[in-house]
Amino acid sequence: MEFTDEQIHRYSRHIILPEVGGKGQKKILQAKVLIVGAGGLGCPVGYYLAAAGVGTLGIVDSDTIELSNLQRQIAHNTERLGMPKADSAKMTFEALNPDVTVIPIKERLTKDNILDIINDYDIVVDGSDNFPTRYLVNDACVLSGKPLVSGAILRFEGQVTTIIPKQGHCYRCLFEEPPPPGLVPSCQEAGVMGALPGVIGALQAMEVLKLILDRGEPLKNSLLIYNALNTSFRKVKVPRRLDCPVCGENPTITELQDYEAEYCQIRF
Amino acid sequence: MENIRADKKINIKGLVCPYTFVKSKLAIEEMEVGEVLEILLDYPEASRSIPKSMEEHGHTVLKVEKINDKDWIILIRKEHD
Ligand SMILES: [Zn+2]
Repeated sequence: MEFTDEQIHRYSRHIILPEVGGKGQKKILQAKVLIVGAGGLGCPVGYYLAAAGVGTLGIVDSDTIELSNLQRQIAHNTERLGMPKADSAKMTFEALNPDVTVIPIKERLTKDNILDIINDYDIVVDGSDNFPTRYLVNDACVLSGKPLVSGAILRFEGQVTTIIPKQGHCYRCLFEEPPPPGLVPSCQEAGVMGALPGVIGALQAMEVLKLILDRGEPLKNSLLIYNALNTSFRKVKVPRRLDCPVCGENPTITELQDYEAEYCQIRF
Repeated sequence: MENIRADKKINIKGLVCPYTFVKSKLAIEEMEVGEVLEILLDYPEASRSIPKSMEEHGHTVLKVEKINDKDWIILIRKEHD
């Protein structure tokens, strides 16, 4: 492909970087990234990836926009209350950058549809807000060998990690099973400061771009923990476990399973 | 240093920074290592910033020459991919 003059202007700040250049920008334009969730994390991830020119963005979300989302879910707005989040994200991101095609996927991910969905993408980003989805996405990415950039947020703390199946750790190397529902904070406890997903989502977007460009060191075998109140970042080593139930040498999980436990009925 | 033959020439007169460098960089990316790029430009700042940026990127600046009241010619040899 050849750049148009408009593209040369739009991406000039990338092209100037020795680590990107025209070749790297073309890789970005040809990349296909699936974002799970168009909520607190999915909004900034999608925003920055769309701005960067990622050519195809799939966005999985079956929810509609509620007023309580808008304190942090920056791709949506007050006029769009009630609209499916995936459609709103498409409007916002395609308006930002016409080079980007957003594919809204208004479904809940299950063991029966997830492999077909992720098959069309190069990289998966998890911005989901619940453990059943988090484990399902991890297992599906490990089984199909897709790189996964995972993020999580609660109150004033967030985490990011990058999973390159079989080369590094996976989510189950870190936490083998989802926590029992009783241990997960209830909805009243599950507050989140609005700018927090902005920080974590931007880190996830950066991890994705590094993977596309094959530059730098991904957060492989490590978990980055951000504490907003202390303004501290901690990088914790997370080795791949050879006895991991899904990515280990003798995996016990060889097909996908759904966790039916609903951890929280009220949706923020 | 006289009579260096350019393998590729671009005319970026009328462009301002950073597009002067962006266009030059895109041109050099498409060339082979060892080849020489000739850049014709008229934006004064770029006559200094392009050689500096190209050196930072590891390429060799063979010549920077003001050829008339308004225009410069810069010759760059590509040193690596
Ligand atoms: Zn594992």
